[in-house]
Amino acid sequence: MRTTIFSLKKGEKAIIKDFDIDIVPLKLLEMGCLPGNTVELLQIAPFGDPLYLNINGSHLAIRVETAREIEVEPLKEDF
Amino acid sequence: MSGENINVALIGNPNVGKTSVFNQLTGLNQQVGNYPGITVEKKIGFCKLPNNVKANILDLPGTYSLNACSIDENVVIELLLNKNDKLYPDVALVVTDVENLKRNLLLFTQIKDLEIPTILVINMADRMEHKGISLDIPFLEEHLKTKIALISSRKGFGIDELKKLIVTYKSISSEPCLNASSIDPDYFNNLRKAFPNQLLYKLWLVITQDVNFLNLERNEIRSSFTKSHSDLKRLQQKETIKRYQFINDVLKEGLKVDSSKAKDFRSKLDRVLTHKVWGYAIFFLILFVIFQSIFEWSKIPMDFIDSTFASLSALADEELPAGVLTNLLSQGIIPGIGGILIFIPQIAFLFMFISILEESGYMSRVVFLMDKIMRKFGLSGKSVVPLISGTACAIPAIMATRNIENWKERLITILVTPFTTCSARLPVYAIIIALVIPDNRIFGVLNLQGLTLMLLYLLGFGMAIFSAYILNKILKIKGKTFFIVEMPNYKLPMFKNVAINVVEKTKAFVSGAGKIILAISIVLWFLASYGPGEKFKNADAIVIEENINKPLSETEFEDAVASQKLENSYIGIMGKTIEPVISPLGYDWKIGIAIISSFAAREVFVGTLATIYSVGGSDNEVTIKNRMAAEINPVTGNKIFNFASGISLLLFYAFALQCASTLAITKKETNSWKWPLGQLIFMSGLAYIVALIAFQILK
Repeated sequence: MRTTIFSLKKGEKAIIKDFDIDIVPLKLLEMGCLPGNTVELLQIAPFGDPLYLNINGSHLAIRVETAREIEVEPLKEDF
Repeated sequence: MSGENINVALIGNPNVGKTSVFNQLTGLNQQVGNYPGITVEKKIGFCKLPNNVKANILDLPGTYSLNACSIDENVVIELLLNKNDKLYPDVALVVTDVENLKRNLLLFTQIKDLEIPTILVINMADRMEHKGISLDIPFLEEHLKTKIALISSRKGFGIDELKKLIVTYKSISSEPCLNASSIDPDYFNNLRKAFPNQLLYKLWLVITQDVNFLNLERNEIRSSFTKSHSDLKRLQQKETIKRYQFINDVLKEGLKVDSSKAKDFRSKLDRVLTHKVWGYAIFFLILFVIFQSIFEWSKIPMDFIDSTFASLSALADEELPAGVLTNLLSQGIIPGIGGILIFIPQIAFLFMFISILEESGYMSRVVFLMDKIMRKFGLSGKSVVPLISGTACAIPAIMATRNIENWKERLITILVTPFTTCSARLPVYAIIIALVIPDNRIFGVLNLQGLTLMLLYLLGFGMAIFSAYILNKILKIKGKTFFIVEMPNYKLPMFKNVAINVVEKTKAFVSGAGKIILAISIVLWFLASYGPGEKFKNADAIVIEENINKPLSETEFEDAVASQKLENSYIGIMGKTIEPVISPLGYDWKIGIAIISSFAAREVFVGTLATIYSVGGSDNEVTIKNRMAAEINPVTGNKIFNFASGISLLLFYAFALQCASTLAITKKETNSWKWPLGQLIFMSGLAYIVALIAFQILK
């Protein structure tokens, strides 16, 4: 199974690897969600959705269905 | 240079304090209007600059980039692409937040590509030390090809320097700071050859966006240069990456963050405010406090306005020569205006609370907290904002749905928002609650009247959610769903911003509603003061005849004549005609008149009753409330405004769509008459049935 933002744990950091450009909205890219940038899962809303992220310094929340589409490489040194 | 008049456009991402900068530059010297044909708010302010230069400052809607995905953002592009627009900026100020500089610069690089002289305004500079941020301004100015104003709209520093900088706009660079066309050189070279006189970035925007473009046949550009949707998107992704690469390179040198100095209080607060128990508890506590205080705090100013207008009417009657005009003034116009002004305290408090919640950054946390729950009902977490602002007025609330990305969620939000208790319902609720609910406290703190009001608010929300659930099951609309919400930093709301917002919104509401109410009260007064036939003309004689065996005092006689006249006036006849339809709901013909006249705007209800009861009586010193309390049903001898009919009226107004403006805005936002008509029939039908059931059970 591939690792996506959805599979991160709270407080975990990762590098964005790849995503399907046709599914992930342009607006999210403009907010900094681009391959190579870091993402940190800050909070998970009650009932598990949406997710509150810090992407490249931008604080924003997205839904699980979008988070599942964004493949990441977790950063090990934080653990 | 002196005596010049220039256009300055304020552009920026949401949550960067753009409006504070606007307020700092213009003070209260602003005008709020609409862009022609659409309901996007257009804010222009005026500002005197050094060297006698006058500036028109245009506050454009917040946008993350020039790739528009809402009408609000479209406004920005259309203005910036049209050099002939009379508001086309001589200089653009791109406002950014020092803590989010990287993201904010994306829009800056796009504006630079349009070759408009651009000043980079870095706001919230007072937080730099606190966050351990240091900037190399000369380096940034050189590489971004701009001039930088380091300001704090909160602390008010840097504003004078910014004004001086604006005056020098002619010497500010309008060159792009990077070459975005290198993402696909062949494609862009061909484009350049085909349209040598056009700016390349403009052409690119026309190809990728749905914007009007005056000087060019857009079909022509499109047909020869179009690509498949996903190819275009791939290019846009490349463009975005290219811009970020440039920004990262510049900031690597120009911006240093010493994170050991940063004190993070955001995450601590987030942990509490989005907690699965505390988060909801705090949210509901805040709502509760808001609604309790609106009712409690508004009471004194409202009573004051009410009695002031009653004595003004009496004064006009006494001091002015008796006649038709004096009557129109004392019985039509003055009570009509009073009926409008009495809303001010409650509306102002509501707008104040809403603007504090938005300014502080708390509203985004509510969106985050509520999204999953709201989705069960076919809504989005972002529907919470319209539903809460709907408690002020459905019009701006329906406009606030524009940032909901999914069309089905947005449509449902538009359709159910009018169920929330808007401020136009408040005067109706206030007067009926005051009449039929005792002014007692339970447990020593909870005011029973305040509690009733709170229940009515909950009922409005409940019905909105319930209808959304039904609509979600019925409507078959497929659409791309995505959801992005920015979680801004927490900020203490600025008094000036909140105050200006409250003043502007209240003014717009009062003058908008005021015109309708004033016109309707004058018409009503005519209809109530004149009538056809003998019964109206000979009211004196009829009263004398009826009371031939009973001696009447002078006032009793006058009152009897007045009510005889009202009953046989034009409006009395209209009310009597619909009485059979509304009497099962517990209403008499006078309430019927008020329901008819408030069809286009529910707040007219109270004004109508004020006019009817002023016309009906001889003494203007008594307030409307006292008159209503004294109304007796001549057949049963019971009070007209009793518990059963009061509750029935409250429920009727809770559900009925008595608002022409809501219909108009729904038509505009959905582009079809189908949705507003459905709204009207469903809400009014529901109101009638619920009010009927309530009265029949309670009577």
